[in-house]
Amino acid sequence: MTQLMNENGIRCDGRSIDQIRNVSIKVGVLKNADGSAYIEFGKNKILAGIFGPRDVHPKHMADQDSGILRCRYHMSPFSVTERKNPAPSRREIEISKVIKEALQPAVILKDFPRTVVDVFIEVLQADGGSRCAALDAASVALVDAGIPMRDIVAACAAGKVADKIVLDVNDEEDKEGQADMPVAYMPNLGKITLMQLDGILTPVEYKKCLETAIGGCKQVYEIQKKALMEKYFKNGEA
Amino acid sequence: MMEVIKRKYVIPGDVIITGPYRPDQNVYQDGDRIISTSIGISEIYENTVRVIPLSGMYVPKTSDLIIGKVIGHSSLSWEFDINSCFIGFLPAQDVFGRDYSPTKDELKARLDKGDLVAARVANFDRSRDPLLTIQDRDLGKIESGELIKIAPSKIPRLIGKRGSMIQTIEMATKAIVTIGQNGLIVVSCEDPVGLLKAIEAVKMVDAQAHTPNLTERVKSMLGVELGENNDTINE
Repeated sequence: MTQLMNENGIRCDGRSIDQIRNVSIKVGVLKNADGSAYIEFGKNKILAGIFGPRDVHPKHMADQDSGILRCRYHMSPFSVTERKNPAPSRREIEISKVIKEALQPAVILKDFPRTVVDVFIEVLQADGGSRCAALDAASVALVDAGIPMRDIVAACAAGKVADKIVLDVNDEEDKEGQADMPVAYMPNLGKITLMQLDGILTPVEYKKCLETAIGGCKQVYEIQKKALMEKYFKNGEA
Repeated sequence: MMEVIKRKYVIPGDVIITGPYRPDQNVYQDGDRIISTSIGISEIYENTVRVIPLSGMYVPKTSDLIIGKVIGHSSLSWEFDINSCFIGFLPAQDVFGRDYSPTKDELKARLDKGDLVAARVANFDRSRDPLLTIQDRDLGKIESGELIKIAPSKIPRLIGKRGSMIQTIEMATKAIVTIGQNGLIVVSCEDPVGLLKAIEAVKMVDAQAHTPNLTERVKSMLGVELGENNDTINE
């Protein structure tokens, strides 16, 4: 087993316990999609594309009162070290569902009855915490597509590694560590839209872990905001 | 009350202002906070707050002039692609008159698949697809011209303040520009040079819609003398 943290509190990839990985987001990278974003979250490389609002197929899924949201999270065969079967796995189906449910409270689709907004997420390279990175990219892409939203969803994980609560667990820490808690958060409304926990935490640790994760979400939010500003308002202030 | 317009760049979730204001387009109220739902430019006019969006799809509004493409017909109506998430319907009665009969009249003879039509949205609400009409002056089939597609959110910029931008383009190039609120534009001009210039000007507005002093730059591109009719983003 590799050592996850040295005696000075420096983690296996050289970060301190409350430091997130390098995040960069680019908006509007796909020409054919209505909205898109590309995120690099540490070694994660993820593309998100939005189509819609558009006609629902199959028709029976349509809601007469409101638009619906659909989400597909998919990992490319080359995104991990051993080739991944491109067919949707149990894990991908589950992550698609949780991402959809994390975005649902943010989008306002009541003005688009009988339509669907499709969110496609393609993981090109995976490195732990990909569901959070995917959510970050997806919510920025939704803004790019012009879907009305209550707030931008920012997501970041926290966890317990070597008996310490750390921010943004990477792949190694996720596998060897004691707990992993992905959190999605709407910073302006102060509401959580996704909270999962894998591992065991005491009530005190749980509270600290959640607070740490929310702190991470706020850092990610600033990067999302900057990426959107970069695309839409790079020519000075209004 | 004094006229106050404050403009600000906003993204979804940004609190535009707190207090007793009335929410208008692309904003919502949360307690006494007015929050943006779109990326765009916020405007506070008297006591109403709205956001002019910079992205997004065309949402039909009653009495909008739009340009649609026929995608098919049933025995009672035509269906139009109106560059939106909804399909536009033009009932046959609107074209043939009250005494329309499916056995007598041939819909295909009037409008066929692929035809471009300037129409007005007669009725639209959330319970049904938009109903179109061509019963008005300047509406109906478009016989000739060049079709350009731009983002629907940039149409107000192309028209400009009291039509200043579009007047500039039309006067400088002698072209006739039909603007559909849904982002489809037809440019026609006798002079091929003028046609190309007008198309270039429209595309320029699409690419640089969010930048100030756009009318000036369009004017210099078209070779018109600069002068009156300044319009900037801060006005």
